[in-house]
Amino acid sequence: MVALEDYVARIEETCGDEKNFIVIFKYDKKGEVIAKILGKAKKEKAISTIIFELTYDNVSFRLYGTGKAIFRGLKNKEELKNFLSKLIM
Amino acid sequence: MMLDPYKIREDFPILKRKVNNHPLIYFDNGATTQKPKQVLEAIKNFYGKYNANVHRAVHTLSQEASELYENAHEKVADFINAGGMEEVIFVRGTTEAINLVAYSWGLHNLGEEDEVIISLMEHHSNIVPWENLSRMNGFRIKYAGVNEDGTLDYESFENLFSSRTRLVCISHVSNVTGVINEMKRIAKIAHDNDALLLVDGAQSVPHMPVDVKALDVDFLAFSGHKLLGPTGIGCLYGKQEILEEMEPFHGGGEMIREVSYNPATGRCSISWNDLPWKFEAGTPNVCGGVGLMEAVKYLEGVGMESVKEHEVRLTEYAMERLRECKKVKVYGPRDVSSKCGIIPFNVDGLSSHDVALFLDSYGIMIRSGFHCAQPLHQRFELKSTARVSFYIYNTREEIDKFIEVLKELERF
Repeated sequence: MVALEDYVARIEETCGDEKNFIVIFKYDKKGEVIAKILGKAKKEKAISTIIFELTYDNVSFRLYGTGKAIFRGLKNKEELKNFLSKLIM
Repeated sequence: MMLDPYKIREDFPILKRKVNNHPLIYFDNGATTQKPKQVLEAIKNFYGKYNANVHRAVHTLSQEASELYENAHEKVADFINAGGMEEVIFVRGTTEAINLVAYSWGLHNLGEEDEVIISLMEHHSNIVPWENLSRMNGFRIKYAGVNEDGTLDYESFENLFSSRTRLVCISHVSNVTGVINEMKRIAKIAHDNDALLLVDGAQSVPHMPVDVKALDVDFLAFSGHKLLGPTGIGCLYGKQEILEEMEPFHGGGEMIREVSYNPATGRCSISWNDLPWKFEAGTPNVCGGVGLMEAVKYLEGVGMESVKEHEVRLTEYAMERLRECKKVKVYGPRDVSSKCGIIPFNVDGLSSHDVALFLDSYGIMIRSGFHCAQPLHQRFELKSTARVSFYIYNTREEIDKFIEVLKELERF
């Protein structure tokens, strides 16, 4: 059974008013994760394969070719994990 | 004499690596610096040849380790022109140094009637210990204002003093804007008002000549890892006469001369060790001290005036080139002579974290967020900033690459 933890190496929560979650995907899974996300989310804009602005389930986020992503507007880590589960599982 | 960053780079193995398939460009020196092979070798050499506990045993290894550790104190004392190693306490870093002053001096000398002056540009490590202690001791904290360009508002600062002011805690250099505070002027104002002065030197000691006697500071805190040394080692300088009067910070071995049990009272009477050991309880970070000594030797070899000059030139060049980026807003003073090699900025429409992640894709490491200085960001109504900070191994070509990538990001 595949779990979210199989794909996510670390979640960083930024401090201050501007709550951002930075998700770092596991290095050996980043290609698979990026392909899954690009397959599901709507691409708003991009620079080559370096940065993508995407929307999925009314959540806007940015995905980087390095296997990192930045999410805004999510209340807490639980909500983020639920969202990630829908996005990449 | 101008330093040669290309020659210096040969001493830093990490600068040869690639990140995300690009040559590493390390512009996060305000957070920590890379280590030259001389420091790496000194650490390896210590554990390979000299490792033993210090000041504990009569055997040869312990004697050699003790001598190295004491030499490290002497070297650091000489580097900042302290009176001797008695005035140099090794700690984990700037944060611990400031906490040491808070709890060894502040806890016993600050009461409800007293006032402490801080500034809005402080790193959290020079705010939180004082706010915490204030909740315990009831003294008042007054915050000095910051001008639009990030410089200290000296008029507001001076107006904060009263007969109750006991201590001023202020950064020598802001870790966000790179502004250099006029420390001689601040020391005079503090001392004219019978207050002591604690200086956060985390961003100054690694980047410019700092002479504690010339500046007339009472305490100076700085970290080893920001000046090419290892993490987990830093320094608190204090004037000997003040340190002598202070209570120890931590209790344990090394910091005592005698712990004598009295059967009549059922208690132990304790006398403290000499300076600086009175403040270094337990087995210290001996290897960290050795690494720090080697880092200081390295910087002395380069010359601190040359370090400063190199950073000023890089900052001037970067500020000039950043003007080409139409969506980039730079914060802090435009006059490079009043600042160190730190540039905070934002890119219109993007968060600082987006900027940092995009640059990371090209192997360029920068900091994003509050940089542990939230009150200063509030002062400028900023949610966060991106920050580049330079050091001796950075080059103009690296800045060119950084600008090229920023211009690409502006198209997003």
